[in-house]
Amino acid sequence: MFVDTVIEDKALHKPAFLIGLSLTVLAIFFALNFTNSLFGEFLRPVIGDPTESGFFGRFAVSLVLTIIFVLNLFAISFFKLKVQVAIVWLELFLLFLAFAYSFDLKMSFIQSRIPLMITRGLFTTIYISAISIVLATVIAIIGAIAKLSNNGFAYAISSFYTSLFRGLPLLLQLFLIYKGLPQLGFMVDAVPAAITALSLCYGAYMTEIFRAGIQSIPRGQWEASRALGFKFNLILRKIILPQAVPIIIPPTGNQFIAMLKDSSLASVLGVWELMYLARTLGQRDFRHMEMLLTAAMIYWALTIVLEVIQARIEEKYKQKS
Amino acid sequence: MMDTKTNIPNNTEMTPVISLKGVSKWYGDFQALSNIDLEIKLKEKIVICGPSGSGKSTLIRCLNRLEAHQEGTIHVSGIELHERMKDIDVVRQDIGMVFQSFNLFPHLTVLENCMAGPNWVRGVDKSKAKERAIAMLEQVKIPEQADKYPEQLSGGQQQRVAIARSLCMQPKVMLFDEPTSALDPEMVAEVLDTMIELAKSGMTMICVTHEMGFARQVADRIVFMADGEIVEQNSPEEFFNNPQHERTKVFLDQILK
Repeated sequence: MFVDTVIEDKALHKPAFLIGLSLTVLAIFFALNFTNSLFGEFLRPVIGDPTESGFFGRFAVSLVLTIIFVLNLFAISFFKLKVQVAIVWLELFLLFLAFAYSFDLKMSFIQSRIPLMITRGLFTTIYISAISIVLATVIAIIGAIAKLSNNGFAYAISSFYTSLFRGLPLLLQLFLIYKGLPQLGFMVDAVPAAITALSLCYGAYMTEIFRAGIQSIPRGQWEASRALGFKFNLILRKIILPQAVPIIIPPTGNQFIAMLKDSSLASVLGVWELMYLARTLGQRDFRHMEMLLTAAMIYWALTIVLEVIQARIEEKYKQKS
Repeated sequence: MMDTKTNIPNNTEMTPVISLKGVSKWYGDFQALSNIDLEIKLKEKIVICGPSGSGKSTLIRCLNRLEAHQEGTIHVSGIELHERMKDIDVVRQDIGMVFQSFNLFPHLTVLENCMAGPNWVRGVDKSKAKERAIAMLEQVKIPEQADKYPEQLSGGQQQRVAIARSLCMQPKVMLFDEPTSALDPEMVAEVLDTMIELAKSGMTMICVTHEMGFARQVADRIVFMADGEIVEQNSPEEFFNNPQHERTKVFLDQILK
């Protein structure tokens, strides 16, 4: 983003802002009331029994939390940007861990189930997503070209397709394909049905992304190519698409990440992917949170991998130009 | 010329390489060109000038059918340009065009920009195309920039690359659509010098430009347009010293001030 060359005073270093921030945070903490949490326990020497401490205890807990919070922000504000980002990431991650820890998780239960979640669940999730990503990309390229063509049939079919598949909930498409096709005489297993639904749905979204990418290339590129006597296919392949790809990558990466997570919808068809295992493995022992949080961490890790790959590709194109 | 097949038959000095008869064009209700008659002979250098909105760019863009005319006929070396023609690409390969905004391919290096045409559509093999590209870059005096990308070059250099890219196709005719209008003043001269050299080499050239010094020096004929019509056409001598029409006089007054 564009950063101006004029440096403004940091808001956190202005007394008025600090006071305003402190009062606001104090009000929020007071409203949320942390007296009965771990924090109240910590302050037991001061406020006595947290449950009995009443208004004074509630205020004391809020005040201590506010001081910690604001001092933390104030301290972080003196670091360089990169260090700030790292510290804030770490703190938020620790908060998330604390959130998870507060469920009283049984680690041995997680350890005993994680091999199955990875060999079966993670594998199936990646398998479904990877095939769908490839198919959706192929559909999107064809759809985008059809949508930009002067051929009435091509435009009609592609615009009908994007309208229909962007217009229906993915879950509904999944059921229509899985339950509908057998009634027409085509037996489909759950996994192919899920791949078909994901490819068609995300193909429709990505058709629009690819179309916009192609249209964003200046008209002059077409004119110069035409003036050299290039034919349509050549222009598209050698001139337009190579320039459109760097524009298409960020939104497409978004779609890939969304698709990876939407593959969890296949669990409603009984496919043994991550989400299905997360829901079922913990059921018998009432250890839901263990499995759900494990699945959450795996999904998160997967999307981080995709984000890194996307960043790498973007970097590569940046260097080239 | 050399190793490639040329698609347009060689003309004698007598027959026009481009001829327009009664050409008209409308954008909706607005008439951009009205009843244009124009003949251009081989090796002739034409400068088209006129106030903005007079139809000069539209006219030159009709000559390789980047724009479609609606009435009249346009012949390029005897081949009529019309909407049902199958081989427009073949005609275009023989007509080079240089644009106001350069329109180089930003994802290709200067050398690749110049090799693309011959290699992809003329069927010239890569080493030959490269040889020719380097020769043309030498002709426009920037062979040392061959491996750079267009955005690393100045405007003037980019436009010279655009000229080289067109020349690599070994065209019969070169069209220039305000080639210096987007340039910083100090870069205009280097592009005009390139065009003057090209003119000396005997290229048939049609230039839309406001550079009257260039017109005086190079043009065989100056065509003055206003409101979609050709108001008058004459040799530079006559055009500048003895303009016939009131509109021409007004235009020259403004531009030569």
